[in-house]
Amino acid sequence: MLKNRIIPCLDVKNGRVVKGINFVDLKDAGDPVEQAKIYSDGGADEICFLDITASNENRDTIYDVVERTSKKCFVPLTVGGGVRSIVDINKLLNCGADKVSINTAAVENPKVVLDSSKKFGSQCIVVAIDAKKNGDKWEIFTHGGRNNSGLDALEYAKKMEDNGAGELLVTSMDRDGTQIGYDVDLMSKIASKVNIPLIASGGVGNLDHLVDGIKLGNASAVLAASIFHYGKHSVQEAKEYLDSKGIPVRI
Amino acid sequence: MNVTIVDYYSGNVSSVLNSFKEAAKYKPDLNIKIKLSNKLEDIKNADKLVLPGQGSFKNCINSLKGIDGLEEALKEQVQIKKKFILGICVGMQMFADYGEEDGGSEGLGWISGTVKKIKIPIKFQENCKLPHIGWNGAGFYVVRGPIADKFTNRLGSGEAGDKHFYFVHSYIFHPKDIDNLLGETYYAGQKFMSAVIKENIIGTQFHPEKSGNDGLLMIKNFLCL
Repeated sequence: MLKNRIIPCLDVKNGRVVKGINFVDLKDAGDPVEQAKIYSDGGADEICFLDITASNENRDTIYDVVERTSKKCFVPLTVGGGVRSIVDINKLLNCGADKVSINTAAVENPKVVLDSSKKFGSQCIVVAIDAKKNGDKWEIFTHGGRNNSGLDALEYAKKMEDNGAGELLVTSMDRDGTQIGYDVDLMSKIASKVNIPLIASGGVGNLDHLVDGIKLGNASAVLAASIFHYGKHSVQEAKEYLDSKGIPVRI
Repeated sequence: MNVTIVDYYSGNVSSVLNSFKEAAKYKPDLNIKIKLSNKLEDIKNADKLVLPGQGSFKNCINSLKGIDGLEEALKEQVQIKKKFILGICVGMQMFADYGEEDGGSEGLGWISGTVKKIKIPIKFQENCKLPHIGWNGAGFYVVRGPIADKFTNRLGSGEAGDKHFYFVHSYIFHPKDIDNLLGETYYAGQKFMSAVIKENIIGTQFHPEKSGNDGLLMIKNFLCL
């Protein structure tokens, strides 16, 4: 039976972890590679890096991070943030990323999803959707949530599936950082609209939220950042909790 | 021991390279050298071969056949010299006679059978997506002989499949001869082939290089054959 996945996400800026696990025995708590290794040893089903490096000069730092991580972690690694072109994707995959997530570039130029899925295969193309509720629908935001594209999230999700996306990473901008739980309404609506797997993101504050993301949001995988940081919950605890709620997980 | 990972431009192979290098560390006595190459001399000099594969069957087979002399060199080493080869994902699928993806194309024809798209029955459509992405169990048959036993050593056996491996695919290989079936996996109410074996030819639908410690163990088992 296929298991639901738990994906810890690390924000990386200039090659360093912004938040992160605050374990005393870490040699270098700011090193994304060490943090990723802790997660993968702890049972994370995948690892996600979100590169939030603002300046162009430091953008190359992520490639070194990916290269070093792929020599230490033997679970799938997804890298997002600033992925704009086939050249970027090629570079990340060559460094050892297994998947890339494309956000703003997919909105501005949907052809990049079409071209990259043809060239590299749908299995490595994740389209990241940042959506915010507006009345009775959700709209797509870009540039880290700053710009409203006005696009309808459900229609956009379907279009990205048609363009060859292998998975959708859906983040509710209303919930992101709030720790009050996923927008399961948004998740389940998108999940029923498409046939590709959905990864839920944005708003996790406790382990019940992960359960809700899967049971109510119909997500195939749940992504979370802060609950795994600072040792609040380990990935193993999260898995045992999901298991106790009857959700199939890899333990 | 020389191990050549066949590089025929099928996409990202650095994960395969890294995982084999990691698994080789457990066996320093074998003096394993791992190389990523499509040079014919590296194919000939290899003791073991690895055939990765990502993307579509058609792209992969066209790309492999597009490299001058590669198919013949592989055939000689695998079919005549009987060197061990491990096919991963589409690399494994290419062992088949035929793949239906993208209008269809001929495979290498080393293991009789066809690669077809997974059919999701209507009652499973709401919860079972395609591609089949993520961690799933694999159960390995115990009656496939000593090579199969060594390859799946300490990775469980029987139906349940208590060991998990990482999958990402929409197509599956249906071998003609049931004796080639090495492992099976359940998805969307059906069982499908997730590992094949025919003498020295071994393949997995899942990605051992992305399957954590159990995947590394399987790679180590392969290196020890």
